[in-house]
Amino acid sequence: MAEKPAKKEQIGRQPMPEQDAKVRARNFDEVPFGLEPEAAILEASRCLQCKKPACVEGCPVSVDIPAFIKFVAEGKFTDAISNIWRVNALPAVCGRVCPQELQCEGKCIVGKKGDPVAIGNLERFVADYERNNRLAPMPEKAPATGKKVAVVGSGPSGLTVAGDLILKGHEVTIFEAFHKPGGVLVYGIPEFRLPKEIVFSEVEGLEKQGVKLICNEVVGRTVSLDELFEEGYDAIYLGVGAGLPTLLDVPGKNLIGIMSANEYLTRSNLMKAYLFPEYDTPIILGKNVVTLGGGNVAMDSARTALRLGADSSRIVYRRSRAELPARGAEVHHAEEEGVEFHFLAAPLEFKGDDKGRVIGMKVQQMELGEPDASGRRRPIPVEGEIYDLECDLVIIAVGAGANPLLTQSTEGLELNKWGYIVADPATGKTSKRGVWAGGDIVTGAATVILAMGAGRDSANSMHDFLTRGW
Amino acid sequence: MFKIVEREEMAQGTVIRNVIDAPKIAKKAKPGQFVILKADEKGERIPLTMADTDPEKGTITIIYMVVGKSTARFKDLKVGEGYMDVIGPLGKATHIEKVGKVICVGGGTGVAVLHPITRALKQAGNDVTCIIGAKTKDLLILEDKMKAASNTLYVCTDDGSYGRPGFVTEQLKDCLNEGGIKLCVGIGPVPMMKFVCKMTKEYDVPTLVSLNPIMVDGTGMCGGCRVTVGGETKFACVDGPEFDGHQVDFDELFQRLASYFEEEKRCYNEYCKLSESKL
Ligand SMILES: Cc1cc2nc3c(=O)[nH]c(=O)nc-3n(C[C@H](O)[C@H](O)[C@H](O)COP(=O)(O)OP(=O)(O)OC[C@H]3O[C@@H](n4cnc5c(N)ncnc54)[C@H](O)[C@@H]3O)c2cc1C
Ligand SMILES: Cc1cc2nc3c(=O)[nH]c(=O)nc-3n(C[C@H](O)[C@H](O)[C@H](O)COP(=O)(O)OP(=O)(O)OC[C@H]3O[C@@H](n4cnc5c(N)ncnc54)[C@H](O)[C@@H]3O)c2cc1C
Ligand code: SF4
Ligand code: SF4
Ligand code: FES
Repeated sequence: MAEKPAKKEQIGRQPMPEQDAKVRARNFDEVPFGLEPEAAILEASRCLQCKKPACVEGCPVSVDIPAFIKFVAEGKFTDAISNIWRVNALPAVCGRVCPQELQCEGKCIVGKKGDPVAIGNLERFVADYERNNRLAPMPEKAPATGKKVAVVGSGPSGLTVAGDLILKGHEVTIFEAFHKPGGVLVYGIPEFRLPKEIVFSEVEGLEKQGVKLICNEVVGRTVSLDELFEEGYDAIYLGVGAGLPTLLDVPGKNLIGIMSANEYLTRSNLMKAYLFPEYDTPIILGKNVVTLGGGNVAMDSARTALRLGADSSRIVYRRSRAELPARGAEVHHAEEEGVEFHFLAAPLEFKGDDKGRVIGMKVQQMELGEPDASGRRRPIPVEGEIYDLECDLVIIAVGAGANPLLTQSTEGLELNKWGYIVADPATGKTSKRGVWAGGDIVTGAATVILAMGAGRDSANSMHDFLTRGW
Repeated sequence: MFKIVEREEMAQGTVIRNVIDAPKIAKKAKPGQFVILKADEKGERIPLTMADTDPEKGTITIIYMVVGKSTARFKDLKVGEGYMDVIGPLGKATHIEKVGKVICVGGGTGVAVLHPITRALKQAGNDVTCIIGAKTKDLLILEDKMKAASNTLYVCTDDGSYGRPGFVTEQLKDCLNEGGIKLCVGIGPVPMMKFVCKMTKEYDVPTLVSLNPIMVDGTGMCGGCRVTVGGETKFACVDGPEFDGHQVDFDELFQRLASYFEEEKRCYNEYCKLSESKL
């Protein structure tokens, strides 16, 4: 082992080929093209095959990273995907959207001296390879148990539960409020970052295994949880996400052209407003667009605005660059594409014309003070430093809350003071018998992989219940 | 697919009635609630109130005015064809209780939204007076049904071609002057609701209105349907669509309804051209 690593470290991280920034900033095609097999093999050979792999500790679902990477290095891509599937049902998604720099890659030992092994890119590579070639054997289904499970919400956590429980022999039905499955993966994250075809192909895979999908069904409205039990469901999983937009309470907040990122992205992604008028749903095409916030949602909004033809797309964020919660790659891509950042800036007021359309905003310059409850330094206003920004579209991406539609119409479900469902962190069990919950509706807006991890834990606990009891 | 089992053209083809096969929704729906419909893959999600439901037959009825691309597309759907997506029941149901003398005021297609509420109020034992209006006689809808659903019916037309000439608010004033009114329900175009509320406020009569802001999801997820009620931001799709009319900021609602005016015009014109070229 002593000399081998030295040699490996000489191979640099294989760059991800991607669309030129100027070109892609005006189209909705996916930004990276994906690694070629040769590059993937070379990249995989950079892994030191650590005995105690730190990378695995960084992965919330403990993908056996060295094992799958070894298969890639040997050109055994199908073995690699089968290995990942054992713990991660959506690798094509995770490879693209996990905040790898904070998780697996952030812990990779190779990263201590140089660039870490591109675990995310490799995961994406093997998943895409499998989707294009379909060589891996489907996992085997256990004999039917005769038990019925309802999964509410078809985001990553709901899909994970459905996938796990169908294999364990239960009958699974997913209920989705929207007309298309996928949750945030479909209505929130844009096509240029996660092609919808990938999500639909995963859902199709579940349907082939026997999962029933019912769209257009708002649980809590079309049907209640108690009615589902009456219909014969033995257990219910709630993966309804954190679908409540946070709006701002400053003067002018309801002017035309001020909207939540949820609305903006849903119009563009789910309703395909970027193809208007071929698709019927319109979207406001801003010339000077301001997005408020600094997370993935803000990056996605600001980059969508460019693609919809904005002359300028600015991100106004109240803390500094160091605190940006978005994935590193997204910030980097946004900057390359021409998104401008205004750090330490907070909106004071929106101004409108006589038709009630937004034409500008007043911005307060901030500075960082003492750390707050979240451990981050609290932004405080710098007195007198106020400036104007011209804008005709403002997208608010400052967070999401718990949507009360389902939870308030359900008796016996304990909620915390912010309205999120209280669930056992290890099993996902809620206070209501036969009901589990996980993902953003329990943790608040988090990540795809955490939502999937919660789904996995709940699925195990639900299986125990269905075979042994509560 | 949600099949259309019955279709009727009303008000000279400017208003369409569809009875749609949607058993789950029919079973659950209450007066005041709405559905969101999408005609096909490329369609927009359009909110429409259920004008009627038949839980036994498993059908819901919608009545809509053809005002733009989506409703024009809906109009082209024949019996046997259907909507790709129908979601509901959405929104809060009307709070129905016996209060005594009630006035229901409806304008335009608002009458369709008003009908199930009126009927429920009467069934609850209220003495219901109805005032319905339209621009002209040919555009008036549901006169017979409204007559059956109320104790007294007044009809007004703007041009005087039928019933009392003038706006519904003039008849409303006369009724309010008689006194004893415990509740008013006003549903119609935004300016009409605004004036109804202005008037009932003078008489201190509590007034319910049903708001129709632009919606996307209808489940409280996007905030596009937000309205200001009593100085607070409310989401019409989950907190409404009915609100205390004396608290509603109608001017803001009116402005926000024009958000996509240019796009809607473009989309509608292109659709009309396309339809003509097919003929
Ligand atoms: C724009 C955007 C970008 C993001 N980027 C990233 C990223 O790069 N990396 C990352 O890891 N995370 C990212 N996230 C966060 C991540 O997407 C979420 O944490 C994750 O999707 C949560 O999964 P979930 O299954 O809990 O819920 P969701 O994905 O929110 O899915 C919930 C589903 O439930 C449905 N539903 C809700 N209520 C009902 C009901 N009553 N009846 C039936 N169905 C219902 C909803 O319609 C939805 O489809 C992003 C989020 C957004 C909004
Ligand atoms: C809760 C609710 C119940 C309604 N019930 C009825 C009803 O029973 N009968 C009826 O005729 N109309 C009803 N409406 C109004 C109806 O939704 C609109 O007329 C319809 O969306 C117009 O679509 P369009 O594409 O044909 O016209 P467009 O050209 O798109 O628009 C014409 C007008 O409709 C409004 N509008 C456009 N898109 C939407 C949207 N997604 N949501 C709401 N309004 C929109 C616009 O502000 C514009 O003024 C209701 C609206 C709401 C919110
Ligand atoms: S699932 Fe996410 S965190 Fe885990 S290895 Fe894959 S990319 Fe890394
Ligand atoms: S820490 Fe890095 S080098 Fe070690 S096994 Fe994981 S990916 Fe390979
Ligand atoms: S329509 Fe989206 S929140 Fe009401």
